[in-house]
Amino acid sequence: MEFDQYHEPPEELSPELRTKARLFASLAEEAEAINWYEQRLSVEPDPEARAIMRNAQHEEFKHFAMDLEFLFRRIPVWRDLAEGVLFKDGDIVEHGEAAEAGTDEDGSGDTGAPSGSGSLGIGNLKGAGL
Amino acid sequence: MNHLLRGHAPITDEAWKQIDEEARQALVPRLGGRRLVDFEGPLGWGHSATDLGRVTDPTPGPAPGVQQRSRRVLPVVELRAPFTIRRSELEALDRGAVDTDFDSLNEAARQIAVAENAAIFHGLESGGIQGIAEASSHDPIPLGDNDFSSYPEHIAKAIEVILSSGVDGPYGVALSPECYTGVVESAERGGYPLLSHIRKILKESGDGPLVWAPGLDGVVVASLRGGDFLFESGQDLSIGYESHDAEVVNLYVEESFTFRVATPEAAVALPK
Repeated sequence: MEFDQYHEPPEELSPELRTKARLFASLAEEAEAINWYEQRLSVEPDPEARAIMRNAQHEEFKHFAMDLEFLFRRIPVWRDLAEGVLFKDGDIVEHGEAAEAGTDEDGSGDTGAPSGSGSLGIGNLKGAGL
Repeated sequence: MNHLLRGHAPITDEAWKQIDEEARQALVPRLGGRRLVDFEGPLGWGHSATDLGRVTDPTPGPAPGVQQRSRRVLPVVELRAPFTIRRSELEALDRGAVDTDFDSLNEAARQIAVAENAAIFHGLESGGIQGIAEASSHDPIPLGDNDFSSYPEHIAKAIEVILSSGVDGPYGVALSPECYTGVVESAERGGYPLLSHIRKILKESGDGPLVWAPGLDGVVVASLRGGDFLFESGQDLSIGYESHDAEVVNLYVEESFTFRVATPEAAVALPK
């Protein structure tokens, strides 16, 4: 059985990375669904059908936001960068460039802890014993 | 760059990776408290308080006929443990040395882990935090002096007390370093290791963890069903930069958090 969210052999990936991969896949699916509803709403003339589609699209907004927040929490440098871009008025590209300059690029390992952000990425240890 | 100011430190990327890895290795085994509690976050350095959903008693407001109440919140506590690394050690590390002197870092990691565990189990009065042991609504079960062979019986009793109050498992056991050492070194009559007996009790009550928790005094048994013990992280444990001179770099390990006990029935303290 194949799983599209993996680009490396799954058995070589940590459980944390596999969880992230599932959420990345969900994020893409929610964005795709929002796009579908945008297009359907633009051409559907029946008000009742439009109301249902609007309601369904609203659900997808929520799912997308939850997926994104989960990934931000697991990849702190992404969150740091996003904080410089999201929910700000003004030039998006300028905000993006400024946010990029303020965060390091070096990667996030399985722990989700990039050395640039300063976080050690320890997080939740519940249930882990000696 | 964020408030940790790591970009101002005279430390190469490779050295930062080594410092972070060393800190993780020093911290994770010691963080016994967060192995038993729900972890929420990290919500960011800007997160300042946890909403409690409660208000103060009403008082007369600023105009006749108006009552005033204030929202109650639990302020985030910041813990910081400074340490130093000699610049000559950092240079050696960049040349490939594998025996870098990280003693000061290890000590800071130990101190902040002890502080976090102490806050979770025994509270932090100055920060408005009540710990699991103090918040428990059950009578403590005294362990007695160094009679380690009775620990399995006491732990089984504590689980029964929590279960009797309607709180499901799995259940976890946290041991202070002193109690852990005593348990590891002891055996019951017949030679059965105490540690194995305690693990067996936990396995049969939902397979919860046994954890080592420096900063804890005695033993705590707690339910891990969720929703009872809430650790809310602002900034999770991180390494920041303070200053440097020609000889040393001054850094610190830091975190911010709140901790709440939502269900006092979900744990029992077993003091020494």
